[in-house]
Amino acid sequence: MQSNRLDELRGPGRAKRHNARTIAALTGNPGCDRRAVLDAAGIDKPKLAERVGFPGGFGQSRFALTRGNAFEAMLKADDCELLRSVLGAGEATLGYQDLGEDSDDTLSARHARTVKLLGQARAALIDHPLLTLEIAGQTVYLEPDLIAYAHRGRLQVVEIKSFAVVDGQAESAKVSAAAVQAAVYVLALRDLLERLGMDPLLVDHEVVLVCPENFAFHPVAVRIDVRKQLSTLRRQLARLASVESLIDVLPPGLTFDLRLEPEQLTGALARIEPRYAPECLSACELSAFCRQEAVGTTAALGRTVRESLGGVETVGEVLELAAGRREPAEEQAEAAALLRSARRLRDEVLSEVPS
Amino acid sequence: MSTLTALARAEAVMTGRAQPIATVRHLHVHRRPMVLIPLAMAGEANAPLAAMAGDDREKPQLLVVTQPRNRDERFAFADRLAGVLIRYVDSFATVTEAVAVDRGKDVRYRYVDAPQIWVPNPGGVDFLRLFGRSTRFRSVDGEHPVPASVPLLGRWLTFFANSAEVPGSVLLANAVQALGLHWATGQSGAEDAQFGALLAWITDGAAAARDQENGPVAGPATDPEFDNHVLAPLIERNDPAIAGVLHELLLPTWDRMWRALDLLRAMPEGSRVASRWDSDRDAYSAFAQYVQEGGAPQPRRDGAVAAAARLQRLESAATRYAVQRAFDDPLVLAEYRLSGAAFAGTVTLAKADRIDDSGKRPVLRPRIMVRTAEVVRVEPGTSLTSPARPSQKARVVSVTPVGSPAPGAAVGSPAPGVSEGSVVTEFDVLLELSGGMGRKLVAEPGSVPEVGERLILTTLSEAYRPGGALPDPTETPWTHGGPPAVL
Repeated sequence: MQSNRLDELRGPGRAKRHNARTIAALTGNPGCDRRAVLDAAGIDKPKLAERVGFPGGFGQSRFALTRGNAFEAMLKADDCELLRSVLGAGEATLGYQDLGEDSDDTLSARHARTVKLLGQARAALIDHPLLTLEIAGQTVYLEPDLIAYAHRGRLQVVEIKSFAVVDGQAESAKVSAAAVQAAVYVLALRDLLERLGMDPLLVDHEVVLVCPENFAFHPVAVRIDVRKQLSTLRRQLARLASVESLIDVLPPGLTFDLRLEPEQLTGALARIEPRYAPECLSACELSAFCRQEAVGTTAALGRTVRESLGGVETVGEVLELAAGRREPAEEQAEAAALLRSARRLRDEVLSEVPS
Repeated sequence: MSTLTALARAEAVMTGRAQPIATVRHLHVHRRPMVLIPLAMAGEANAPLAAMAGDDREKPQLLVVTQPRNRDERFAFADRLAGVLIRYVDSFATVTEAVAVDRGKDVRYRYVDAPQIWVPNPGGVDFLRLFGRSTRFRSVDGEHPVPASVPLLGRWLTFFANSAEVPGSVLLANAVQALGLHWATGQSGAEDAQFGALLAWITDGAAAARDQENGPVAGPATDPEFDNHVLAPLIERNDPAIAGVLHELLLPTWDRMWRALDLLRAMPEGSRVASRWDSDRDAYSAFAQYVQEGGAPQPRRDGAVAAAARLQRLESAATRYAVQRAFDDPLVLAEYRLSGAAFAGTVTLAKADRIDDSGKRPVLRPRIMVRTAEVVRVEPGTSLTSPARPSQKARVVSVTPVGSPAPGAAVGSPAPGVSEGSVVTEFDVLLELSGGMGRKLVAEPGSVPEVGERLILTTLSEAYRPGGALPDPTETPWTHGGPPAVL
């Protein structure tokens, strides 16, 4: 039933699959029902954004893709020779298992093979494994282009990234994004072991990030502890309202069929509560649309601004409270006093300055 | 973010125009700055694609790498950038002035002017830092020789990038930060990071800013669409038209950079800005001399002692910068008034000739009473300063609620929810003054506030605070890794 309803929401288009990046983004803003529902139904958000008049620039540069692929190919060439040396796998007899290409048709087969391979718990480099994770009551396939690496009895997640580590430092935003993605895989792997009746703690909470070092193309392996990301992730996933209950309250017949007229799609979007924050702009294809809706709210200015304004909901309310033209609600009394003082100070100083 | 600035953002949303959050300009804007807009190749580790640079608004110089993955071309680019940048930097190493040091017992020399480089955004600063890192260790001989200008450029870029970390330094400035220091827009900080949109908010308002959002690229990242549809075919074909395309791409941002500088120049300069520029000239003079003497490239990482010393310098610079901005600008000081670290009031009593003769010799200690309706969060014994008389200290003797003799009345804001009138809304603050009144037992005229004068008093102080003593690097304790192997 549930999946029928999701198909109905999506229309005839093919479902977009979750990946570690979308899950990371989802947990970045767990209060957004709109994103939760659209992602659960596998709706093509870039297309939808375009249809409702807010095409976004979420493309990736060819140059970046080429370099990323070249780096990965270099590591995996000659039976993963370079990768083995950078991982310090040494002479250990590590088998290499490629579970096949990224494709929609082989999902269950690849997952089955992944399960079988991990069940054997033999030291191996496993390429293109397929994992599953429960997200908001739904089973989601994860396709890490990673290698799960059984080393000294531990399973380690290896993430290959093409951003440079210079003198032991890399761009912090990229590192933390990679850490969250790797944490998603750790979680999925632990899940899997648990289902196999094995000890989930066999999966190391330390992940290995393989990046180019300095300005050359030589790889370097950096170990990152993702325990913090794991606990955040677990908490956020638990908080993600079950999509089922969100979908249940949607009016029957509601759909985001991309063939609908833009006004109909806009109307449909209005049925699901968003939670816009400026951080969405770099994480969600629909953000420009939601931003337009959020004009006039303090949330659109960012969390710190909103907090400095005492958590008051709208800009109009803020200015009225500051000017003393509005009676503050009981819980707003303190914020209103602060806003009035701020108003008085700004007026006092600016009136003394020749403009 | 302070509530004052947040309120300005709210006003900007409502009016559709950016709102001032400063009444004076808080940074030195050079009469002949150099604007530099770097562009990087996507995906690569700091590979330059192009740069538009120069100190003449009418004559932007474009440097292009036609094959960004080619190592030789990369260093040829560095060589050309060095030609532009080092010529500019060296043009200030001419006239010096004498500065008295050690209480006038000695004298040192510094250049009367220094270079100032402007990039569009913090990303531009990061790009230059990494480009400095990738060039300063290059060897001019051996297996992969580079032109001598390349490691020199690396040293200078590293110097500029390091100075950009010092609060208040403007040897390397970025337009996004400089504009954001003076105006609040009605969008979020994340959106302000886009230089074109930020400038449009300030000059033309909200609607114009939205139009600029997908507008001219300000680097160092390029637009993926541009990469895929324009740049890639040009690079594949080795097409010489690439220079013209990149020129067109960067020119709008070039113009906007100069307009941003005009906008900043139009503001009156804060009175302490010049002293910070003096510090910048000191730093430039010292490094220019270091380079002339053939100094080694800056290390990859500071040693323990050097790192601690640098941190200390950064912290004291941050404090100095914050205090100076507040003293220069009543709108910045208002943030401290809002938080209770400063208050404004009127002098109601003044005893300018009060002498304290309880010590060995009599000293001049005038007392004044200031009445304020603002929040007073200071304890008796605290030293306060008034920006109007920065060299004078005012020690709080007592704080008394006006018209409420009840002891133990809360010193501070009235409890929320209690209607006005029934609580204390004013305070009398008794202060004892010292310093800044001349050397005699009679205060110099005007040095003691008179009855009726409006004063702002704050816990902020410009007084010099000496940092902790650090050991010589050779004495680095084992807790910090011991002495470094190579000094």
